[in-house]
Amino acid sequence: MAKVTLKKLVKNYDDTPAVRGIDLEITDKEFVVLVGPSGCGKSTTLRMIAGLEDITGGEVLIGDEVVNDMPPKDRNIAMVFQNYALYPHMSVHENMSFGLRLKKVAKDEIARRVENAARILDITELLDRKPKQLSGGQRQRVAMGRAIVRDPKVFLFDEPLSNLDAKLRVQMRIEIKKVHLKVRTTTVYVTHDQVEAMTLADRVVVMNAGRIEQVGTPAELYHAPVTKFVAGFIGSPAMNFAPCTLEEAAGGLRVRLSGELAFQVPEDRVARYRPYIGRPRLIFGLRPEHLADQHQTAAANHCALEVAVEVTEPMGMETLLYFLLGSAELCARVNPIMNAAAGGRAKLVADLNHMHLIDDESGRVL
Amino acid sequence: MALPLILIIALLVLYPAVYSIHMAMLNKSMEHFVGLDNFAFLFTRETFWMVVKQSVVFALTAVAFKALIGFCVAHFVHNVPVKGQRKWRGMLLVPWVIPPAMSTLAWLWLFDPSYSAFNWSLEQIGIPGVNWLGSPNWARFAVILVNVWVGAPFFMIMYLAALKSVPEQLYEAADIDGANWWQKLWYVTLPMMRNIIAITALFSLIVTFANFDIVRVLTSGGPVDQTHMFATWAFKVGIEGSDLPLGAAVSLFMFPILAFAATFILRDITRRGNEA
Amino acid sequence: MAVARSSMKGDRRRAMIWSYVFLCIFVVFFLTPPIYMLITSLKTNAEISAAVSPWWIFSPTLDNYVELLTSPTYLTFFRNSALVSILVVSITMAVSIPAAFALSRMKFWGSATLATGVFLTYLIPETLLFIPLFQTFVWVTEFTGIELINRWWVLVVLYPTLTVPFATWIMIGYFSSIPKELDEAALIDGASYLQILTKIFIPVALPGIIAATIFAFTVSWAQFLYPLAFTTSTDQLVLPVGIITTLIKGDVFTWGQIMTGALLGAAPPLVIYAFLMDYYIAGLTAGATKG
Repeated sequence: MAKVTLKKLVKNYDDTPAVRGIDLEITDKEFVVLVGPSGCGKSTTLRMIAGLEDITGGEVLIGDEVVNDMPPKDRNIAMVFQNYALYPHMSVHENMSFGLRLKKVAKDEIARRVENAARILDITELLDRKPKQLSGGQRQRVAMGRAIVRDPKVFLFDEPLSNLDAKLRVQMRIEIKKVHLKVRTTTVYVTHDQVEAMTLADRVVVMNAGRIEQVGTPAELYHAPVTKFVAGFIGSPAMNFAPCTLEEAAGGLRVRLSGELAFQVPEDRVARYRPYIGRPRLIFGLRPEHLADQHQTAAANHCALEVAVEVTEPMGMETLLYFLLGSAELCARVNPIMNAAAGGRAKLVADLNHMHLIDDESGRVL
Repeated sequence: MALPLILIIALLVLYPAVYSIHMAMLNKSMEHFVGLDNFAFLFTRETFWMVVKQSVVFALTAVAFKALIGFCVAHFVHNVPVKGQRKWRGMLLVPWVIPPAMSTLAWLWLFDPSYSAFNWSLEQIGIPGVNWLGSPNWARFAVILVNVWVGAPFFMIMYLAALKSVPEQLYEAADIDGANWWQKLWYVTLPMMRNIIAITALFSLIVTFANFDIVRVLTSGGPVDQTHMFATWAFKVGIEGSDLPLGAAVSLFMFPILAFAATFILRDITRRGNEA
Repeated sequence: MAVARSSMKGDRRRAMIWSYVFLCIFVVFFLTPPIYMLITSLKTNAEISAAVSPWWIFSPTLDNYVELLTSPTYLTFFRNSALVSILVVSITMAVSIPAAFALSRMKFWGSATLATGVFLTYLIPETLLFIPLFQTFVWVTEFTGIELINRWWVLVVLYPTLTVPFATWIMIGYFSSIPKELDEAALIDGASYLQILTKIFIPVALPGIIAATIFAFTVSWAQFLYPLAFTTSTDQLVLPVGIITTLIKGDVFTWGQIMTGALLGAAPPLVIYAFLMDYYIAGLTAGATKG
C-alpha cells in the first residue's frame, strides 16, 4: 500500500512557522497537487515527506509506517527537482542507474529497468549523452526517468516545469500525465501554477500561509470554492470580486453593487443567504466566463448590464473586456465578434447561477 | 573532516606566530627573558631604519608599478580578438610560472658586473654601462624591476578576468551617451573593477612586503645593506648571525603592516560576499 | 551618421593596432630573461667569457646539459625537489578536499569564521614564521633525537602550511558552486556523505582539483626560504637552493652551467603550464572571482 498520510504536520524555522498543521490523506495511485503562492509551505511539506527537512511536529506516514526519523533513502521515494539536479559528469544512463548502483542491484536488473523507463519517456537515443548536451525538456524527462527506475512507492515533484518556457510547459504537462497513466504510482506534485494543478491532479490541495485552504477535485474547487482565497486563486483570469450589500426585495433577495446596479438572487439560494442581510463587507463573486455578450439567449437568472469598457485584450478565440464597476475593476470573457472598443460601452449578460457570495471578514464563501 | 586542516594551521602557523613574539623577547643565547630590549636595540641601529625605509618604498613602488603595468597589459590583451588572446596571455604569464629563485638568477646574470648583456647592448649604442648591482640606487632599481617583472603577470591575469566581467552593455550605453575612451575608463571600467583592484593590490602588498627570494639571490641585501628588506635582514641576523631572538624581533615588525592590509582585504571580501 | 559609424570602427582598429604594438613590447620584456637563460645555456664557457655579443650563439653546444644531467649532485637536487613536491601535493589535497567539503557544506558552528580564518593564514608570510619554526625544530631535535634540521623530508612537513590554505580556499569556491539539489538528489538515491564527496563532488569539481594541485606543486617546487634555512648539506638540498649554493663556487661563476641548471629547474612548472595553462589560470583567479 503506497498511501501517504500527514497528521498535524508542523514545520518551524527557528521561530518562524512555515507549515502550521496539515492533515491530509493521499490514497494509493492518486495524483495529488499541492498548489499555492510562494511561501505558502507547499515545498516545505513536500520536502518533509521526502526527508530533506526535519519535522517540527506531527507525523508523516508512508504506507502504514511513520517515517519521521527515516533518512530519505529508506523511505522508498523518488523526487524530481525544479532544476532537474542531474549529475553533470555522468551520462543519462549513469544518472538513471546511480541509485541502483549504490544499492548494488544486479547489473541485468539495472539494465532492464533503465531500458524500460527510457522507453516510457522516449529517451532511449539519449542514454549515452551527458546532461549538458540535452535540452530543458529532455533533461526533465531524464530526471523523471531517474525517478521511475527506482520503482518507488511515491513520486515527489517539486515545481518541475517552472524552468521551462511556456510552450514546453504545456507539452511536458501532457507527458507527465501520460507517464502517470502508464506507471500508476502515488504522486505528490507541488506547483504555484493553478493551471498545472487543475489539469494534472486527481485532487488539488490549495495551501496558503502554511495551512490547507481546501482539498478537492479540480471541478469541486472550480465550482464550489470554500474560501475567498480559493475562489480567487483557481481560474484564469481570476474570479471577479465586487463589494456589495444584500437586501430584501420583492419575492426574494437582491444583491446591490455600487449604487444603481442590483441583481435578483436566484431562488435556490435565497434561504441560504437570508441570514446575512445587512452584513457589512460582503463580496459578490462571478467568474469572467460567466459574463457573456448579449447574444446569449436570455435564460433564467441571467441579468443584463451595460458597462464602460476600459481596456480590451483580444486573445483570438475570445476577447477579455476590462471595465469598472464602482471601484472594482472587473473582467468579462466575450465572443470576439462583439465589437467592443476601449472607451466605448458594451452590453453584457451575467449568469447568476454561478454567482458566489463571500463574507470578507471570515473569508468564507456563503 | 576539517580537523587536519585546523591542526596544520594551529601547529605550523598560529603557534610559531605566537612563539615568535615570545622569542623576540629573549636574549641572544635564549636563556634569559629580556623583555623589549631587542626591540629597543633595533631602534638604535641605523641599518634597521634603512631596512624599514627600503621595505616600505620597495613594497609601495613595486606594487604600484605592477598594478599599473598589469592594468595596461590586461587592456591590450582584451582589445585583441578573442581567438588570439590565449597565446598572448600564455606568453605574458611566463615570469609568474618560473620559480622566482631561478628567474632571479637570470637577472643576476643579465646584471653581472663584467658580463652584463644589458651593458653590452648599451655600449653598442654609445652609452656607458651601469654598475647595476654595485651602486646602491641602481641596485634598488634592479630589485624593484625584477619584482615587478615577476609580479605584473599576476595582476594582468586578475585584471583581465575582471575586465571580461564588465558587461558590454555598459560600454554601449556610454557610447550612446557620448563618452570617449578616457571617460569610459574612468566612469565604467574602474568602478566596476574597484573590488578586484583593491584586493589584488592589498594581496600583493603583503606578499611583496615579505619578499625574500629576489633580494636574497640578486643582492643578498647589499651593497652595504642598501637593499635589505625585513625578510632578508631577519635571515641574515637570525640564522646567519645566530641571534634568533633578534631575527624574530625584526620579522615581527612586518606584522603591523600585514595586519593593516589584511583587515582591509577581509572587509572587502565580506562586503563583496554580502553584495553577492 | 556615416562619419560617426566609421570613427567607431576606426577607433576599434586603432586601439587594436596599438595594443598589438604594446603587447609585442611587453612580451619582449617578459620573455627576455628566460630566452637569455636558454641562449647562455647553449654556449661554451669560452664563448661566454669572450667579448662577443651575448645575444647570439656562435658555436652552440649541449655540453652544459650533458654535464648537469649526468652530475649526481644535480640529479640529487632534482630528486629531492620531485619527492618533496609530490609528497606535499598529496598531503595538501588529502587535507584540503575534505576540509573544503566540510566548510562548504556542513554548517557547523564556526564554519564561516574558520573559512575566513583559513584565507587569512595564507596572508601570514613564511618570512614571519621561519625563525620560530627553526628554533622549534632545533629544540625538538635536541629533545627527541629525531633529526629535524637538515633533512629534506622536514620540508614535507613545512610546505603544507603554504599550500593548504589557498588550496582549501580554491576548493571551497568550486564546491560552493555545486547546487545543493545535487546533494539532495544523491541523498535520495541513497548516497552517504563520503559517497557524495567521492562520487559527486570530486568529479564535478575536477577542474578546481586540478587547479589546486598545480598550485600546490608550483609553490612547493619554487620554495626557496624554507629549504635555505632548514637544509644545509649538499645531499639534502632541493633544486632552487642547490643551484644557487653549489654552482657558485667561490668567486668563479660558471654561468653556462648555472643558466642550464636554472632552466632545467624551471622546466617542470613551465611544462605543466604549457599543457594545463587554463587550469593554472583558473586556480589563480578562483581565489578572487569566486570569493
